Amino acid sequence: MVLIQVVMGGLLLGAVYALFSSGLTLIWGMMNVVNFAHGEFVMMGMYTAYWVYTLAHGGVWSFTPLAALLLFLVGIAVYAGLIRNVLRGPMLGQILSTFGLALFIRYAAFWAFSADFRTLPDTLVGGTVELGVIRLSVPQLAAGSVAFLLTIGMHLMLTRTSIGSQMLAVAEDRSAAMLMGIRPDRMQALAWGLGAANAGIAGALIATFYYISPTVGESLALTAFVVVCLGGFGSVPGALAAGLSIGVVQSLSAYALGPIYKDIVVYAIFVLVLWVRPQGLFGRF
Amino acid sequence: MTPAAVRVLRWGSLGLLGAALLAFPLVVTNAYYARVGGLVLLSAISASAWNIVGGYAGQVSVGHSMFFGAGAYLPLLLYNQWQLPPTLGVPLGMLVALGLAVLVGTPTLRLHGHYFSMATIGAAELIRIVVSNWEFVGAAIGLRGPAVSRTVWDFAFRSVVPYYYLFLGVLAVLLAVTWRLERTRIGYYLRAVKAGERAARSLGVPARRYKLYALMVSAAFTALAGSLYALWIGFVDQESGFGILVSVEMIIITALGGAGSLFGPLIGALILIPLQNLTNALYGGSGTGLTFLLYGGIIVLIARFEPGGLIELWQLRVRPLFKRAKR
Repeated sequence: MVLIQVVMGGLLLGAVYALFSSGLTLIWGMMNVVNFAHGEFVMMGMYTAYWVYTLAHGGVWSFTPLAALLLFLVGIAVYAGLIRNVLRGPMLGQILSTFGLALFIRYAAFWAFSADFRTLPDTLVGGTVELGVIRLSVPQLAAGSVAFLLTIGMHLMLTRTSIGSQMLAVAEDRSAAMLMGIRPDRMQALAWGLGAANAGIAGALIATFYYISPTVGESLALTAFVVVCLGGFGSVPGALAAGLSIGVVQSLSAYALGPIYKDIVVYAIFVLVLWVRPQGLFGRF
Repeated sequence: MTPAAVRVLRWGSLGLLGAALLAFPLVVTNAYYARVGGLVLLSAISASAWNIVGGYAGQVSVGHSMFFGAGAYLPLLLYNQWQLPPTLGVPLGMLVALGLAVLVGTPTLRLHGHYFSMATIGAAELIRIVVSNWEFVGAAIGLRGPAVSRTVWDFAFRSVVPYYYLFLGVLAVLLAVTWRLERTRIGYYLRAVKAGERAARSLGVPARRYKLYALMVSAAFTALAGSLYALWIGFVDQESGFGILVSVEMIIITALGGAGSLFGPLIGALILIPLQNLTNALYGGSGTGLTFLLYGGIIVLIARFEPGGLIELWQLRVRPLFKRAKR
């Protein structure tokens, strides 16, 4: 019984991992750039939730869309102001740009909001539901299912809509797409906007039950790297499958071996995957 | 300018820099500034070590903290567990770093670009978490060195000056090694790999093997920097030894000065470390946050406007102005 409970908890957390990792994988798939600041985008989503609640007493339904919108704009701004310019430059510049951005955002938050750990009150989205033999907390259930649906929505958007096809075309071959009348610049900006918005939504969702601090993005970003590597760079369904598996592995190892082992096991998987199958489980190449 | 004049100017400025570095602790007797001088040299050593693999070979490792940490931990571990002189741990730390370089480098150097960076972050983070939970190596508390020197092999001095000259000597050796590397086959191979690995391989460069050599040399010197840090400060914990910011600092310093150039890391350290101490002095505890805020801003600006660092800025933008003026 406990085992089912643990696995369910892992799946719900894993769905949130999948949501923000799908943003990372989309950005990678479109322009071969790893966004090292992705965890910081999640952190910004969490602080958006915190401040909207603290200052305006807004609930989940107000701060989640707001975080999405805010991060969408941040994503576009980062692309237009920074990424577009480093794309043609040396690789060191590309890595440094998002890495520096991550440090900048993290310590700007550190300076502005102090290093204090903050939490939203439990009563904001409280309660538990009993499903047969297992019991799940409502915030986790809500966050997990919304994240799951959004990740699937993202996949459908990419594969079933015109704008999605245009994005995939740019990912496939930038100049060929340009000859077909697609503007690669716009599509890449859109990828950054959507990727960051996903991270923002994920942040707002987990803010209801997770601690909020300026440095929370660091470990979340590492989790996202693991998910993206495992799922294969550029693959949204891969990110979903890998996110769910990582969530389950994390809660199982925390349950079976002790809390400190959950990160050790995940990073060990990460190193192992890069070692034996760097293209990931669902990688395209 | 004639080539002879250029040579005179180059060796002259080099000699001046060397003389200034040699004279610094004799002229500046204030303990605080002398300490900043030691920190500059120490950061220049670790950044120059990173530069070999990150700058010359173009493999942007974000996991060099594992080598630094190995170098910093072993001397203090020998002292804490068996009361052995910490200096004995210095060669051991370098050996462990070499082993780590082979162990981590062999699989990860098959990866390119961003993958390699992520893989090295993952490996370093894994090691950091293991260390921070391992009682034998001090877990979350860290390790302390001998407070008073028992014999000369403890290498615990009250003054900064002996450390300063030790650091200067190590830096000189490291720069000489790098200078030799630049001019021998391995240097050409590494630059070929950086410019285009596939092209280099098709011309017969054993890319993977030479990248590993570069990583090993780099790891050994990074570990040496870690040992020197531990001998000097006499304390190391998982954050100051294996923390990701240790790697980040090496990268920023190198990138600011100029990755893949001999004196880039030293120039970067000469600018960033005093700046870092200034913000710390001005803002106290919250200065740590401000320092990294500045770091982040500086990296973004370098990446956006001048990925070659200050040295390239000088060579491409400033020097032509002089030449035009002379004519």
